[in-house]
Amino acid sequence: MFESFDALLLARIQFAFTVSFHIIFPAFTIGLASYLAVLEGLWLWTRRQVYLDIFNFWKTIFALCFGMGVVSGIVMSYQFGTNWSVFSDRAGPVIGPLMGYEVLSAFFLEAGFLGIMLFGLNRVGKGLHFFATIMVAIGTLGSAFWILSVNSWMQTPAGFSINEVGQFVPENWWAIVFNPSFPYRLLHMVLAAYLTTALVVGAVAAWHLLRGRAQERAGIMFSMAMWMLTIVAPLQVLAGDLHGLNTLEHQPVKVMAMEGHYESHPDGAPLILFGLPNSETQTVDYAIQIPKLSSLILLHDLNAPLDGLDTIPEELHPPVAIVFWSFRIMVTIGMTMVALGLWSLWARRRGTFYTNRGLQRLALWMGPMGFVAVLAGWVTTEVGRQPYTVYGHLLTADSVSPIAAPAVGASLLAFIVIYFTIFGAGTFYILRLMGRLPDDDIEDDIEDNPIRTAGITPGPAQKEAF
Amino acid sequence: MMELDLPLIWAGIIAFAVLAYVILDGFDLGVGILFPLFPEKHDRDVMMNSIAPVWDGNETWLVLGGGGLLAVFPLAYATILPALYAPIIVMLLALIFRGVAFEYRWRTKRAEHLWNYSFIGGSTLAAFAQGITLGALVQGIEVENRAYAGGWWDWLTPFSLLTGVALVVGYALLGATWLVMKTSGRLAIKARRIALRMTVATIVMMGLVSLWTPFLDRLYLERWFGFPNILYSGLVPVGVAGCFYLLLRGLLKRRDVLPFLSALGLFVLGFIGIGISFFPYIVPTSVTIHEAAAPDSSLMFLLVGAVFLVPMILAYTAYAYWVFRGKMNPDEGYH
Repeated sequence: MFESFDALLLARIQFAFTVSFHIIFPAFTIGLASYLAVLEGLWLWTRRQVYLDIFNFWKTIFALCFGMGVVSGIVMSYQFGTNWSVFSDRAGPVIGPLMGYEVLSAFFLEAGFLGIMLFGLNRVGKGLHFFATIMVAIGTLGSAFWILSVNSWMQTPAGFSINEVGQFVPENWWAIVFNPSFPYRLLHMVLAAYLTTALVVGAVAAWHLLRGRAQERAGIMFSMAMWMLTIVAPLQVLAGDLHGLNTLEHQPVKVMAMEGHYESHPDGAPLILFGLPNSETQTVDYAIQIPKLSSLILLHDLNAPLDGLDTIPEELHPPVAIVFWSFRIMVTIGMTMVALGLWSLWARRRGTFYTNRGLQRLALWMGPMGFVAVLAGWVTTEVGRQPYTVYGHLLTADSVSPIAAPAVGASLLAFIVIYFTIFGAGTFYILRLMGRLPDDDIEDDIEDNPIRTAGITPGPAQKEAF
Repeated sequence: MMELDLPLIWAGIIAFAVLAYVILDGFDLGVGILFPLFPEKHDRDVMMNSIAPVWDGNETWLVLGGGGLLAVFPLAYATILPALYAPIIVMLLALIFRGVAFEYRWRTKRAEHLWNYSFIGGSTLAAFAQGITLGALVQGIEVENRAYAGGWWDWLTPFSLLTGVALVVGYALLGATWLVMKTSGRLAIKARRIALRMTVATIVMMGLVSLWTPFLDRLYLERWFGFPNILYSGLVPVGVAGCFYLLLRGLLKRRDVLPFLSALGLFVLGFIGIGISFFPYIVPTSVTIHEAAAPDSSLMFLLVGAVFLVPMILAYTAYAYWVFRGKMNPDEGYH
């Protein structure tokens, strides 16, 4: 089995698969950790029980997601070595210390205080518990900071030299950490995580509002989520635009692929809305386009010339169709988020915010869309970086481990089967938890007690067990 | 300024991280390995609760071991991992099965037994794969042109299978003494009985591995039996004997904490023993610490942070353990 496959392609599929699965969890837990800190803060400030109830509801879901994020993340920290050993040897001196800082400053912080946050309220008291929750939230953001620095350096490498054995040697750490694309990518990703969480919280709230249950809690959650969306979605459009301009400056070939510009346009490039990129003919078939708009957006000048992929040797083209489509998926979802935010604002002014079923239905359908947008965005930027791992310096084909196709193929198969089984079950449990708010008392298979351990009030299932 | 030997300092830090991982995740993997011996749901709930608040922090040391190796010894990372491809992938997958069980097991009654199996199988397989990894590393890894140059099944030998079994037994001992320390009543009595058996099994396993190792490579033989090395390497077996004595005494005298501490001592000494065999190699017997080290600019940059952050990590980790200190009260919260 797998002998006829290309080991490089299998290793790429394996990395894409494991990292795509992994990013789903942090994309949600970064936002959720901050949301939990806000909820606990509101509870301590207002002394209203309802905030603690909402906190406990999301805390259980957070624990599940965080666990899945941890175990899928451990895999990532070893994937570089098992499947991309040449890349590890060459780029390790630069990206390794950044990941080292991620572990030392973020992972330990999250893990160390997570136990207290989940199980320790009665043991440490409110103040210290709030502190633990904040530490977990800071940990998730710190982790985003370092890993995006690593990723950005691979996109826009800076601050290094290359030694006699081909290793990237760090020369200027400030230039490495704050490489040209890092601030934009970090901002874009953190906002994306917050939006993803807001969409999930909004959808869960909408579900309960639509079913007429737990109105007070669901109402508070819905309002908080929609405010987040109303404010942050337009900011994200702006951040995305800045990120795009930065990409044009440092990775113009990626932008050519995103825009579907096979040809150069010496006097103003059109914005191709939709079409079918065709790598054989190097054209976009059936293109629907607006003349000169791309030049206006990217260069703020209708007639500014834009180079196309025809100026680049074909072996250095990224896969255009994937980048072209994933970019459009991301942008479409982003614009729908803006629309949802505006609609909610309009409903607030009309006084129909809690009763507008159309708004709630859209919020419900948008629930998983943050994840889709995050994945589409990452596909755009990572596939757009091809054929390089370290942009302009190290080819993907030269980065891979000397591992035979059968070994990579067998492990890929194992990852696929196990991830779908394990994380499928996890998703099922999360959806079931989301389907119930604490004051619904329906008897079924669920144990929605606060997380169990010594020192916590009993849950129904634990009572039954004794 | 005095010249710092950065690769040596980092070798010490990475060794510390790996040791921290082995003893910390060791006892919570051990609890999973012992699950089949405690079929009652009540016992299992208490056992799992005793490690639930800390397992995640324990596994973070594994991430530091891997990430740290990439950062400061990239050549070691880039040759060891491909060489041990299969056992490492198996370990990662096994850790998924056991890691999710901590949450999933409480989310369903119908499928609880499945997540019990997932916890048992995942814990045992992860320990076995780690033991094989260790054994394969001790046997040595072939490196040419900065890449692994051996075959895909080189890791699989009678010796690595023995170290695999030995680590499962050792983790079970750590888990059993942890339960002796953290639980009470019937559960603790049973854990003590199991700990006694595991002590005997660990003595046998450690003896077999220790007798076999010096004959794997001339280097190891020199290290252990060459003069004057034997004067200090000989201290390790003496310490091991002392720990075994304290362990048995603690168990027989019904002490709570001493058995766990003695078992930890065994692991620390075993780890030092491995260090004596290896040094100064990081990929035995192909690549030394200095050959594998990243440029000084990498080592220095991360060291500045580590000097501040590692003590902080140790402090708040200790605090987290302190918050959940003492015997588990199985009845707490159920009235």
